[in-house]
Amino acid sequence: MSSSANKGRALPRAGSALPRAALPWALVTPALGWTLLFFVLPFIAMGFSSLTAHEGGAFTASNYSQFFTNPSYWQAMVNSLQVTAIVTVISVLLAYPFAWILAEQVPERWQRLALMLAVLPFWTSYVVRSYSWLLVLAQNGVVNRALTSSGLFAEPVQLANTRFATVTGFVHFFVMLLTLTIFANLKQLSPSYRKAAADLGAGPVRTFLHVVLPLTLPGIMVGAFLTFVLCIGDYITPQILGGNNELLMPQLVMMQIGRRGDFPLASALSIILMAVVTIAYLACARWLKIERA
Amino acid sequence: MSAKSASTNPQSILKNHLHAACAATALLLGAGSATQAADLNALIWCDHADPALLQPFEEANGVKVNVKEFEGTGAGLAIVEQSQPGDWDVMVIDSIDVPRGVEKGLFEPLPEDKLPLADLFPQVKMDGSTVVGGKRYGITEKFGYNTIGYNKTKVDPADMQSMAALTGDKYKGKVAIYDYYLPVIGMAALAIGKKTADLTEADLPALKDELLKMKANAKLVGEVTASQTALATGEVDILVGGGEWVTAGLAKENPALDFSIPKEGAVLWSQSLAMFKDSKNKDMALKFIQYIMSPEGQARLATSSCYWGMPANTKAALTDDQKKVLRFDEQPGFLARAQAYPAPNADLDKKMQDMWTEMLQAK
Repeated sequence: MSSSANKGRALPRAGSALPRAALPWALVTPALGWTLLFFVLPFIAMGFSSLTAHEGGAFTASNYSQFFTNPSYWQAMVNSLQVTAIVTVISVLLAYPFAWILAEQVPERWQRLALMLAVLPFWTSYVVRSYSWLLVLAQNGVVNRALTSSGLFAEPVQLANTRFATVTGFVHFFVMLLTLTIFANLKQLSPSYRKAAADLGAGPVRTFLHVVLPLTLPGIMVGAFLTFVLCIGDYITPQILGGNNELLMPQLVMMQIGRRGDFPLASALSIILMAVVTIAYLACARWLKIERA
Repeated sequence: MSAKSASTNPQSILKNHLHAACAATALLLGAGSATQAADLNALIWCDHADPALLQPFEEANGVKVNVKEFEGTGAGLAIVEQSQPGDWDVMVIDSIDVPRGVEKGLFEPLPEDKLPLADLFPQVKMDGSTVVGGKRYGITEKFGYNTIGYNKTKVDPADMQSMAALTGDKYKGKVAIYDYYLPVIGMAALAIGKKTADLTEADLPALKDELLKMKANAKLVGEVTASQTALATGEVDILVGGGEWVTAGLAKENPALDFSIPKEGAVLWSQSLAMFKDSKNKDMALKFIQYIMSPEGQARLATSSCYWGMPANTKAALTDDQKKVLRFDEQPGFLARAQAYPAPNADLDKKMQDMWTEMLQAK
């Protein structure tokens, strides 16, 4: 043992044992305080609010029962899950090859620039980007003009104010997010794995399916989960691009607040949404754990 | 719900404590940008945020008007509940919702003798809502119609004289619906021959049928910006629930936009100004209300950059061109055919909103 290590050991004896024991707590206290103040307390308040009646403030579970008995409310959850699933799958399918090209095909010295160019559109406002998509997909927009002038369609197709528009707006955003997480995972993957697979006679496809893909699944799952969480709770994109032709959960929550100020029902719907996100997290976490085992 | 029952309920007590804790936290966090006591703090709709409206008042009175925009009475009242008493001086509110603020004990009676009530269009005074218990708590400042807005180069203006055009096949896919359930339900009521003031729960099935017919023809159901954009860009040619508030502000850029009051009538919307009981600056708050209600203030408010609307004061200092765009001289005829904004009680309000949700979810 070196003398410096002994000196290090001597320090707690010279001082009090309490500061050493308290050090971890001191380090996590700011984070705990932050979580307590900005998550736990608001969540308790929201949970409490969800169990009170809008009129009179009496204790009630009716805000939750409304969700299960009103088909329109239930439909909002179904719509949200469908849109989120579609967005997540499409985003993963588009992001993986994009991340692969960036990580494997683009020369290393250009990768940083390529990544910067990829995320450049996201320096603009989210709302402005959504309205831009509305104009692109509009009846007189770029896409419809291309479709009609090329002769593919005689009349403009309704693209704006549809689920297609909502999914497009979401995918545009989340492909980049997923690309970054998958790219980081691919860069961490040692080339030795592929060399070893090749030495053992595996072709490129087999190497990808049995070596690369399983090893990059954690990156895919992290990105997919982030996509799921951000997508299912987003209000702006479906509100601007969906044309209210169907309601998603965040829109249903906001609707309770606008005129009637029904915070108890809005709280209950938010907690149900949070429960769905928690289930998704547990599913992802368990799945990842199995893979790692 | 009476104020007393709410205050003695244990759930409400805890709820109030939570609200107070949230408000205290918000106050601590916002201390850096806290407003000065001499400022006037106004909870407003976007039309009051126009510098052309506020600056003359600020310069004349040496005061800064701090504004916070909100949409929907519920959201506005929630802001007040989460604030400290005295944080706010004046509020813009749907005229029909003035009693909600009075019931919560928020508003101060307004001195009628210091306001130009005699100059207001009689039909928009809305005394049934703005006067509670014999005291005036709100004064109508601006009004208009939820009716049919349209592009007259794309549709036959003669068709726009009947609400039947909204549910017929001729304009299928060319229609947008304004996303606010009360006025559009009011229009549906007019379409089926019901008076908006007499709506009951028994009318909901027929109203729902009418709404679903409208939805079947609609390309989108949009809030103010979305529906205005859809009409202005040609995405749709008709806006159900539109009116001068959509077309007048765009008249210079797009003179083809117009509105009609169909034979069935239209729904009259109106917004009021109210003063907070706990305002620390009541004299300035009254001055602000007097300014907004003055001929000059009314003209600026009516032509605000956010949206145009009819001034409640008949003596508003509008130019001839502005009056033409707002169809000022036609107002007596319009008002005679307009019906009141639906003002359901809390229970019917909830059922109407659920019916609206069902309509939005319909394929």
